Amino acid sequence: MKKTLFDKVWDAHVVESIPNGPSVLYIDKHLIHEVTSPQAFSELEERGLKVFRTERIVATADHNTPTKDQHLPIKDDMSRRQIEELTLNCEKNGITFYGLGHPYNGIVHVIAPELGITQPGMTIVCGDSHTSTHGAFGTIAFGIGTSQVAQVFASQCLLLEKPKSLRVNVNGTLKKGVTPKDVILYIIAKLGTNSGTGYFCEYAGDVFEEMSMEGRMTVCNMSIEMGARGGLIAPDETTYAYVEGREFAPKGAEFEKKKAYWDSLKTDEGAEFDKEYTIAAEEIGPMITYGTNPGMGIKITDSLPKSDDASAEKALAYMGFTGKQSLLGQQINYVFIGSCTNSRIEDFRQVADYIKGKTKAGNITALIVPGSQQVVKQIEAEGLEKIFTDAGFEIREPGCSACLAMNEDKIPAGEYCVSTSNRNFEGRQGPGARTILASPLTAAAIAIEGKIIDYTQNLN
Amino acid sequence: MEKFISYTDTVVPLNIADVDTDQIIPARFLKSTDKAGFGDNLFRDWRYNADGSLNNGFPLNDTRYSGTILVAGDNFGCGSSREHAAWAIAGYGLKVIVSSFFADIFKGNSLNNGLLPVQVSPDFLAKLFEATVADPATAVTINLEEQSITFIGGKEHFDIDPYKKLCLINGYDDMDFLVSRLDAIAEFEKKQAVL
Repeated sequence: MKKTLFDKVWDAHVVESIPNGPSVLYIDKHLIHEVTSPQAFSELEERGLKVFRTERIVATADHNTPTKDQHLPIKDDMSRRQIEELTLNCEKNGITFYGLGHPYNGIVHVIAPELGITQPGMTIVCGDSHTSTHGAFGTIAFGIGTSQVAQVFASQCLLLEKPKSLRVNVNGTLKKGVTPKDVILYIIAKLGTNSGTGYFCEYAGDVFEEMSMEGRMTVCNMSIEMGARGGLIAPDETTYAYVEGREFAPKGAEFEKKKAYWDSLKTDEGAEFDKEYTIAAEEIGPMITYGTNPGMGIKITDSLPKSDDASAEKALAYMGFTGKQSLLGQQINYVFIGSCTNSRIEDFRQVADYIKGKTKAGNITALIVPGSQQVVKQIEAEGLEKIFTDAGFEIREPGCSACLAMNEDKIPAGEYCVSTSNRNFEGRQGPGARTILASPLTAAAIAIEGKIIDYTQNLN
Repeated sequence: MEKFISYTDTVVPLNIADVDTDQIIPARFLKSTDKAGFGDNLFRDWRYNADGSLNNGFPLNDTRYSGTILVAGDNFGCGSSREHAAWAIAGYGLKVIVSSFFADIFKGNSLNNGLLPVQVSPDFLAKLFEATVADPATAVTINLEEQSITFIGGKEHFDIDPYKKLCLINGYDDMDFLVSRLDAIAEFEKKQAVL
């Protein structure tokens, strides 16, 4: 039978299947952080169980870490305690932990790929919905709840029903100024926030084939925002070139052997999907969101659609927008460039390229929050730091930061923030904060202008 | 885990679609390291006004609705994978959530905490909202064995994964099963290493 990429990776990890029930799926890598793991460690202790495979777990602190003065003790008592608990749990169980100050510390979905922990053909889980990011490498990667974190601790496996298959094809050439973030925001706006529920989504077509690894990560990261458990892209030469040479990637002959296997993972010609969509690259434009879920997005030059139900009305009221208006000219006071969606070096290169020699608007507070210590080093090595500071942007230390505002980085109530993160839910960036999702390039242009503009006219 | 077989109570109607887990339990309340206490902050920013006073317009604060069955709009529990959302709902004392659609991770998290998500048709959901608003004393019965949900204005069959149903009825969970399979898992690892 013809198989999809997903089928191939799934089948290679099924330990056993319960008749008329779920399968026991083996997990290659389990990534953990401070927020969703403490109760799992407690559960393990309560049940008198041990961590089954410590070497397959990697821990980092990211969700509520400060982005200033990380060398000092964390001021917020509960945040500090949560990270101390993770530190202790990792020590007690012999788990590798990249805590604050470690050169490998950073956002869990940024560090695993950059360290070569993420490799094609793997199954990867984490107590975080944006685990879908790792699908960019042709992995089955998905977010899990804390009970499941405990299950993976105890057995390195999960009991799962096989999800249905979905393929989104985007073919053609993207217009100037259209970035991977715009591609995924467009897909979600077009298909809806629950179009992927119950599915794993493969992204295919020349737009993804030509996309960089970091762009693919941005796309897969937001798969969860259309309800899909995960998204994945077939591994290819771009993938192998990215993985090769990284700290924990296989080396030499071992790498070549793996590569031969990874090459076999592509979806067979003629394999059938439960659902399939095809989009022309040319119809995609730079996107922004106007509402309180990531599906409420429009092209920056479009007007808001007419709201048709009470939930949409509620979202518009929260955002302070009214039906059918254009957002061009809307004043913005905060710009946040960071999060597991867009905090990699490529994102910052793009921002630096646009703002070089320019200065941010006076009304704008612009935060640059790198995804990891390694990205910080790259920013410094490539001289981007000076470009940012000259333009009046503030560079912070790595972490999830204002994406979910578990640390001090909050947007004040009622203020608009253009954010490169993945969620614009009510209060996501702080109680009452109004989030507009966009690409790093869009965010950079808005930071310079102080309001929403159609910057594509300024592009050379 | 407590056994779940059949349950009857009145409902709390929350007629809003796309309720995400950031609303169920905002991120700033995720700093606790145990499972208790999240119920206090369930729907925090909707339940309370900005000045900390109670928002009397929110269904959970409406004294007419005192039941433990939450009836919610379409696509309930989307967004973040935080199990804290299920802990907050269960911690508040709710036992069942009825909606026309649940986000995957939320559904799984609920089931792992003995909280039953009952997915009904949009028509049934609309009727249930209507009946409850007209008469807050409307009782709803969920019979897990026969997979039915009943109230005075209607009855519907609901689907549930047979394995999950068995777990809820018997009060056991995935962890119990997986730990019983450690030998098979170790065998699998030997085979996988050859890859």
